[in-house]
Amino acid sequence: MSENKLESKITKIYLFTRYERFWHWLQVAMIFTLIITGLEIHDLFGFLGFEKAVATHNTIGISWLIAFGIFVFWVFTTGEWRQYIPTEKKMMAVIRYYSYGIFKGESHPFPTRREAKHNPVQRLAYLALATLLLPLQMLTGFLYWSYNSWEAWGLNFLTLKEVAAVHMAGAFAIASFIIVHVYMTTTGHTVFAHIKAMITGWEEVETEEDVNGWDQRTH
Amino acid sequence: MLQSIFRGLSGNRRHRVVACLVAGVLLLPLTAASSATVSEKKEPGRQIADMVTKQRYFWDTVDHSKLKELQQVFTSGEQITDACLSCHTDADQQLKKTFHWTWTDPNSPEKNRRGKAQYSVNNFCLSTNAMHDHHCSECHIGWAGKGKAAAIDCLRCHGQKKFNFEEAFEDYEAFSTSGDEDDREMANEAQSEIQEAAQAVGRPTRRNCGSCHFSGGGGDGVKHGDLDSSMTTPHKSLDVHMGMDGQNFECVRCHTTIRHNVAGRFYATPAASQRESLIENDLSQKIMCESCHSAQPHKVGSKMNDHTDTVSCQTCHIPSVARVLPVQMWWDWSKAGKMKDGKPYEVKGPYDRLTYASTKGDTRWGKNVPPEYYWYSGSLSGPTLKDSIDPTQTIRLAWPVGSRKDKNARIFPFHVHRGQQPYDIERNKLLAPLLSGENGFWTTFDWKDAISRGQKFLDLPFSGKYGFVRTEYVFPSTHMVAPKDQALACAECHTRPKSRLANLTGFYMPGRDRIKVLDLAGWVLLFGSLCGVMLHGLGRFISNGKGRKG
Repeated sequence: MSENKLESKITKIYLFTRYERFWHWLQVAMIFTLIITGLEIHDLFGFLGFEKAVATHNTIGISWLIAFGIFVFWVFTTGEWRQYIPTEKKMMAVIRYYSYGIFKGESHPFPTRREAKHNPVQRLAYLALATLLLPLQMLTGFLYWSYNSWEAWGLNFLTLKEVAAVHMAGAFAIASFIIVHVYMTTTGHTVFAHIKAMITGWEEVETEEDVNGWDQRTH
Repeated sequence: MLQSIFRGLSGNRRHRVVACLVAGVLLLPLTAASSATVSEKKEPGRQIADMVTKQRYFWDTVDHSKLKELQQVFTSGEQITDACLSCHTDADQQLKKTFHWTWTDPNSPEKNRRGKAQYSVNNFCLSTNAMHDHHCSECHIGWAGKGKAAAIDCLRCHGQKKFNFEEAFEDYEAFSTSGDEDDREMANEAQSEIQEAAQAVGRPTRRNCGSCHFSGGGGDGVKHGDLDSSMTTPHKSLDVHMGMDGQNFECVRCHTTIRHNVAGRFYATPAASQRESLIENDLSQKIMCESCHSAQPHKVGSKMNDHTDTVSCQTCHIPSVARVLPVQMWWDWSKAGKMKDGKPYEVKGPYDRLTYASTKGDTRWGKNVPPEYYWYSGSLSGPTLKDSIDPTQTIRLAWPVGSRKDKNARIFPFHVHRGQQPYDIERNKLLAPLLSGENGFWTTFDWKDAISRGQKFLDLPFSGKYGFVRTEYVFPSTHMVAPKDQALACAECHTRPKSRLANLTGFYMPGRDRIKVLDLAGWVLLFGSLCGVMLHGLGRFISNGKGRKG
C-alpha cells in the first residue's frame, strides 16, 4: 500500500438502492442463463437439451425485455438517468489511473459520491450498454423469437442469418463486457469492496475530497 | 410497512430476503411450465372420431353369403367378377378409369406417358415392358396376371379370405370331370371353398392392399421402407395409427376412395392438390396428416407449430423406416449373370436376405434406416425410357420436386434406393430388358437378347451396346408413424456436423449453422478480454508488491 492510501479516510455512503441492487443481480442471473442456454442453442454443448434450452432462453429473454422496461421507467422517474450522462471531464484522468496510476498505488482520481456514483468511463460504458448493446440484443432476440410472424409484419426483407449474426455478435460483446466488468469490481480499496456495495448498497469510499465539481451541470 | 420490516432485519437476513426474491422471480417461468402439464384430456374432435369408429357397426346391409349370385358354380375368376357386376353394375367401368387398373399417370404428357404400363423405369425390376412381363402383371388387379386383357379381379382388393383361386379352379376342373366318386367329392369341396371365398367380401384391409404394396419390387420390403408385411398386423410402436393395439386403422381410412379412385400420389401427381383439414372442408380427402391434425397440431404456443410451414409432420414423426423388417438399399444389376459351376446361384447375407443372386445381381439391405430429407411438394419427377440421360451422373429416376421457395413444399423424409442398371451407350437412354419368361434375362442370362426383346415390346430402339449407370429412386416415407415419444428430438436436426438436415442449404438453422468468422472473432474477443484483465491484475499484484518494498 502506498502512503497516500494509508492516509485516506474510509467513509460509508449508501450508493445503490434496493431496487437497483435487485435489478443488477436479476440481470446477472438472467444474462448468465441467457448466455448458457444461448451457447447450448448454438450447439456448443449439451446441458438442458435443445428444446428446454430454447424454451428457457425465450422465457428469460422476454422476461428481461419486460423487466428492462421497468428499469427504464425507474431511471427516468427517479432522475437516475443523470448518472449516465457522459462527460469528458476527468475522463483522461480516469483512463490514466487505470492504465498507469493504479500500478503506482495512486488513489482514484474520482472518488465515488452519492450524486455521482459512476466515474466518467463507467458512465460512458453503462450508457452504451443500456442504450445500444442491450437494446440491440433485445431487439434481435425479439426478432429471432418472432421469426414466424415476419411475413405478417412485413419484415420479409430480413433473413434469419443476419438477425442471428447480430444477436451472436451482441452476445460476444456482452460476455466481453462481463469479463472486464467483473474484473473491475476487484479494483476497489479491497478486492471485494465493490461487490459488497452491490449487495448491501453501502460503498466504502476512501476520501470525500472536492472533485472540482466536474459532474455539475454547466448551465 | 414492508420497508420497515425489511429495515428491521439484520444485514444477514436482508441478504437472504433479497436472495429469495431473486430466486422467486427466476423460478416463475418454471412454475408456469409445470402447470402446463395438466392431465391429458382427449380433444373434442378425437372424442367424436372415437365414438364413430370404436363402435364397430358398419353401414353394411348386405350379407354376401346369402346372395344367390354368389352361390352358383364358379369355374373361373371371370365368372365371379360377372356375379359381382350383376349387382355392382358400374364397378368395372369405375375401376378401369383408375390408376390401379391403367398403371398410367393421366397427368403425364401424352407423348411420354408415365406409369408402369408406360415408359416409366425404376431401379428394381426396371420396367414391365408395357405389361408384357408376366411376372410384373401378377400385381395387376386383372385375373391371373393377365393384365388389362383379363376381367377385373374384385377379390384382390375385397376378398377377405386368403385363397388361391387359380389352384382351386384347377382342382375343381380336374376332379369334377372325373368318374370317381371320391374325386367328385373333392371337386365339390373345392367348389364350396371357392364359393365361400367369393362370398367373403368387404372393404379392403391392410392384407388386401399389402398383397401388392408390401412386396413391390419383387419381394417383402424391397421397395418402400415404410411398407412391408410387418404392416399387416402392426404394433402401435411401428405405426401409431395402424397399430392393432391402438387405433387399428386400415389403409383406406386415410386413402379415402371415391368411385374406386383411391386417394394417393402417383408419379408427378400429388396425393392432394391443396393442404386443408376436414375442419376447413369436411368433404376433402383424408390423405394428408393435416386432414385430421390441422396445420397446428401441437399444443398452443408450442414451437413445433411454428415448424409446420416448412417441415412435414413425417420428418419428425418417422425417425426411421424398416423398423421391423429390412428394406433393400442397393441393387446392382451389373453384377447379375455370374455362374457357379455353370449354374446360377444365390448368396444369403444379413437379415436372412439375399445379397447376391445370378438373376438380379448384388443387393444390400438395411434395418432401422434413417430417412434422407429433401424439399417436397408432393410430386416426384425423373426420366422415362424415352428421355436422354447423362451417364456420367447418377440418374435420379424418381426425385422429389420442390424447393424452399415453393409455398407448398415441406422438408420431407425419403427412403432412397440406389443401384446400377443398364442403359444404351449410344443413345444415352435407359433400357428395359425383359426379365421373366422363357426368353427373359432370368432364364437366358443374355443381356443383349433380353434388352432387344424388352425394348421391342415398348416400341423403343436399342443400339445393341449397353452399359450400366448409377441410379437412385426415392420413396416418400409417410407410413410407420412412430408414437410421439419416439418423434425426433430437436437436436437431431439442430446440431452440427451430424444434423439430419445437413444436406439442405440456403437457410440459417439455429444449432446447425454458424458464421465461422463471427464465432472466431467472438472467441478471440473473449480470450483477449480475459488475457487483458489477467495481465492488468498481474501488473497490480507485482507493482503493489514493489511499492510496499519501496
